[in-house]
Amino acid sequence: MSDIPNIRFRPATEENPATRWALIGAAFLGLSVLVFAPLIAVFAEALADGVGASLKSLASPDARDAIRLTLTIAAISVPLNAAFGIAAAWLITKFDFRGKAFLITLIDLPFSVSPVVAGLCIVLMFGTNSLVGGWLVAQGYPIVFAMPGIILATMFVTFPFAARELIPVMIEQGRAEEEAALTLGASGWRTFWTVTLPNIRWALLYGVLLCNARAMGEFGAVAVVSGKIRGQTATMPTTIEMLYQEYLSVAAFSLAAVLALLALVTLLLKTALEIHHADQLAASHRA
Amino acid sequence: MHIEIDEISKAFGTTAALHPVSLSLPSGALVALLGPSGSGKTTLLRILGGLEFPTSGRVRFDGQDATGLTVQERRAGFVFQSYALFRHMSVFDNIAYGLKARPRASRPTREEIARRVTKLLELIQLPDIGARYPSQLSGGQRQRVALARALAIEPRMLLLDEPFGALDAKVRKELRQGLRDIHDTTGLSTIFVTHDQEEAMELADLVVVMSMGRIEQIGKPQDIRARPATHFVREFISA
Ligand SMILES: Nc1ncnc2c1ncn2[C@@H]1O[C@H](COP(=O)(O)OP(=O)(O)OP(=O)(O)O)[C@@H](O)[C@H]1O
Ligand SMILES: [Mg+2]
Repeated sequence: MSDIPNIRFRPATEENPATRWALIGAAFLGLSVLVFAPLIAVFAEALADGVGASLKSLASPDARDAIRLTLTIAAISVPLNAAFGIAAAWLITKFDFRGKAFLITLIDLPFSVSPVVAGLCIVLMFGTNSLVGGWLVAQGYPIVFAMPGIILATMFVTFPFAARELIPVMIEQGRAEEEAALTLGASGWRTFWTVTLPNIRWALLYGVLLCNARAMGEFGAVAVVSGKIRGQTATMPTTIEMLYQEYLSVAAFSLAAVLALLALVTLLLKTALEIHHADQLAASHRA
Repeated sequence: MHIEIDEISKAFGTTAALHPVSLSLPSGALVALLGPSGSGKTTLLRILGGLEFPTSGRVRFDGQDATGLTVQERRAGFVFQSYALFRHMSVFDNIAYGLKARPRASRPTREEIARRVTKLLELIQLPDIGARYPSQLSGGQRQRVALARALAIEPRMLLLDEPFGALDAKVRKELRQGLRDIHDTTGLSTIFVTHDQEEAMELADLVVVMSMGRIEQIGKPQDIRARPATHFVREFISA
């Protein structure tokens, strides 16, 4: 066998090692400067006066109210958006009707509209000076500068996440399994719970995670509609900004660190989903 | 069950998938819908199963008008072209699905369901695969599980869309005999779609030749071979 020349197979995309390492190095450098450094800075600033001071600032009534409000908003708007997302994706993928293309465009609208504009629209529609808003205030149900407005703003901004994740998955899966369930005598409702929902469960969870991360972090739209009333309508992001404006650096960054930690947990869960259920996620097909 | 199709037509937007077609299928027959791609075979089968509604015309089962019956009320055992097994359920749960979906009053007990599923697994000669998932089965095994799932609901008729379409020649031959045997033991009126004339001629009691949304000829295999009614039929069965 020694007379066979030793041919080295070279993949078509191979670059020489120097180029490769330079590129990888540049990517890591960019990531460090843009992502890791700020993240570390947030935690460093939060702990500048020690763990005790940081924890004490988080225990203050304002911080606790902000955390509670943000978690409440997420707990209400994320499930609602998950439900709307499923409904929209179901409608778009399982039925043929006129105006479908328009509906798909509409779902993406929040991605292209500035959150501040969205917030202003809500104020215009439901503010005290508007017809609907004035009437609701008179009945004792204010929307703007109150919880309902914040929920509306959050839901508008996060609406596309669940639907966008579900539509490609549901298109790929087709209608055959649902039709099979119907021929076997299952009602539409039963078909949904026993066939459709189990088939999209990982994609749905993925969409919900993204939706939740954005819901807790939303600033622009919420800042406009909430009025940022301390202890009442100030969420975590708006409270962070107010504390920072008042030079309460430890308090601002401690709250920011909590928000960042929540984001990191989301990221970990998201990555775990990507590793274990890649085949059932739309995101992995897009990549 | 005697199946009657009376002047059924179907249009999708501006395309006519079926021109008015009429057909009377005797109870207990094994019928092949034979025709080239796009001739309307699937459309006709889905109309019978209640998955599609005709633009005009009527369907009658044993003389009773069934046109308005919902897909659930039709009680047709439907085997889909790609089998459409529930991917997140075991084979056992797939087959049990129709029984569990019944209203409480007519739903068998858990033991009874298990007994029936076991019997169906024996009928399709795959007694040991109940715990497996569809992704762990071969194409031929999937097809047989889909058949068992359709049979579990004690259907009034069996409708199969290209049941052997995605399989290699050897498995096709085996499963053909399997379908014949199951048809003969259950005595169910059975309609299967195929574009393979040899398959239709060998397996069916009655062959319906279709082309471009029309029925070209209906007859026993030997009659169609001996006396093709139209130029199209002669060309198609000699291909
Ligand atoms: N949902 C639909 N929307 C629009 N047109 C359709 C639809 N389903 C079928 N058609 C059209 O109806 C005609 C008949 O289709 P059908 O699926 O019944 O053919 P087929 O005989 O089953 O063909 P194949 O052997 O390729 O499966 C075709 O022209 C097809 O394009
Ligand atoms: Mg077809």
